[in-house]
Amino acid sequence: MNTPDTTASEHTRGSSRITPPTTGGEASILGLGAYRPRRLVSNEQLVERIDSTDQWIRSRSGIVTRRFADEDETVAAMSVAASRQALAEGGIDAGQLDCVIVATVSHLLQTPSVAAQITHELGATPAAAFDVSAACAGFCYGVSLAADMVRAGSARHVLVIGVERLSDLLDLTDRSTAFIFADGAGAAIVGPSDEPGIGPVVWGSDGERFDLIRQETPWPVDPDPGEEPDPDSHKGAHVLRMEGGPVFRWASFEMAKVAQRTLEATGLTVDDLDLFVPHQANMRITDLMARALGLPPHVVIARDIAEQGNTSAASVPLALRRLVDDGSAHSGDLALLIAFGAGLAYAAQVVRMP
Amino acid sequence: MASTEEIRTDLAEIVNEVAGVDADDVQMDKSFVDDLDVDSLSMVEVVVAAEEKFGVSIPDDEVKNLKTVGDAVAFIERAQG
Repeated sequence: MNTPDTTASEHTRGSSRITPPTTGGEASILGLGAYRPRRLVSNEQLVERIDSTDQWIRSRSGIVTRRFADEDETVAAMSVAASRQALAEGGIDAGQLDCVIVATVSHLLQTPSVAAQITHELGATPAAAFDVSAACAGFCYGVSLAADMVRAGSARHVLVIGVERLSDLLDLTDRSTAFIFADGAGAAIVGPSDEPGIGPVVWGSDGERFDLIRQETPWPVDPDPGEEPDPDSHKGAHVLRMEGGPVFRWASFEMAKVAQRTLEATGLTVDDLDLFVPHQANMRITDLMARALGLPPHVVIARDIAEQGNTSAASVPLALRRLVDDGSAHSGDLALLIAFGAGLAYAAQVVRMP
Repeated sequence: MASTEEIRTDLAEIVNEVAGVDADDVQMDKSFVDDLDVDSLSMVEVVVAAEEKFGVSIPDDEVKNLKTVGDAVAFIERAQG
């Protein structure tokens, strides 16, 4: 007889019940933090290598200055600084964090996650920690995940960080990217609240257009020690490339539709909004989206890009933080967030300001 | 079916709205970039508005081939045909 002998124990396979996780309640952003690198870089400092002018850069992007990180302003260091501000503003101790999510594409070590390192440096161990690779959409992806965790009860307080050191991936001779991308970190604490403070996410991807914004070549597995780096491309071949026209078209026109769908999913109209905080990709994309949405004059539009450049995953929290700091945003305001970028990937949601 | 001149006139109106170029300057032999000072991003706006106006699809790969007003008018005529 080759069937197992079941008479030896009382065990019946699969008969025991799994105790379900405790469910949470509503979720809100409780605090926001930012870290802007020290080194201010003007358009004039970049124009020579791309045969351009300050006026050309301003008219194409709205960018006046950006910040590049110094050596000690690492992805982890900038994240920790932004996170401490978010924790302080939210009145949350690092020890209360259950999870740390870091959205980035410019932490140049694939494993382990920079999230685990940041969690340790904040004193939040043993919070769960992982990185998210959704490029410029990463912060809104992270906020969506965090809100779901709090609502489902798998975490009570989640730290979401968007951080980039894109200057490490820039070809400063490339006219389509050199003046756009920059460095910085932003952070948000997502935690429990009585009322819903984070609306439904509208998100997606389009991998058919994976090559519109991309890292040029993979990290070398076995780099040729004799390989000479291209002197005109100060970081070799592992740089970001972008097809400006198609990206501009997708971001300006298709993302406005995603923003509109997000309002509908949230049960709001543009009249209900106080703030519009799109990914700070290009001022002209922001203007076209605002026009397509028909934003009324009372809606404050984030324009952090003028001083900060495009900081990819960091741009939305940096822009939110600036609106708080300059008095444009008030506690309780409703902000429409939308972020989009390489993948292609996008995510949008309405949040209530802490 | 719109005539070539009707398409040019409607396109000139779009170029005027997007880039502030005098509609009378938008003639068939004019280059968008060199003569009319329509930059590449404004060109994308023109293309999207033209798609709507003329009920045609102008794929990303085609946009870079539309150097002159005549190129754009010819493309729209073919696409409508």
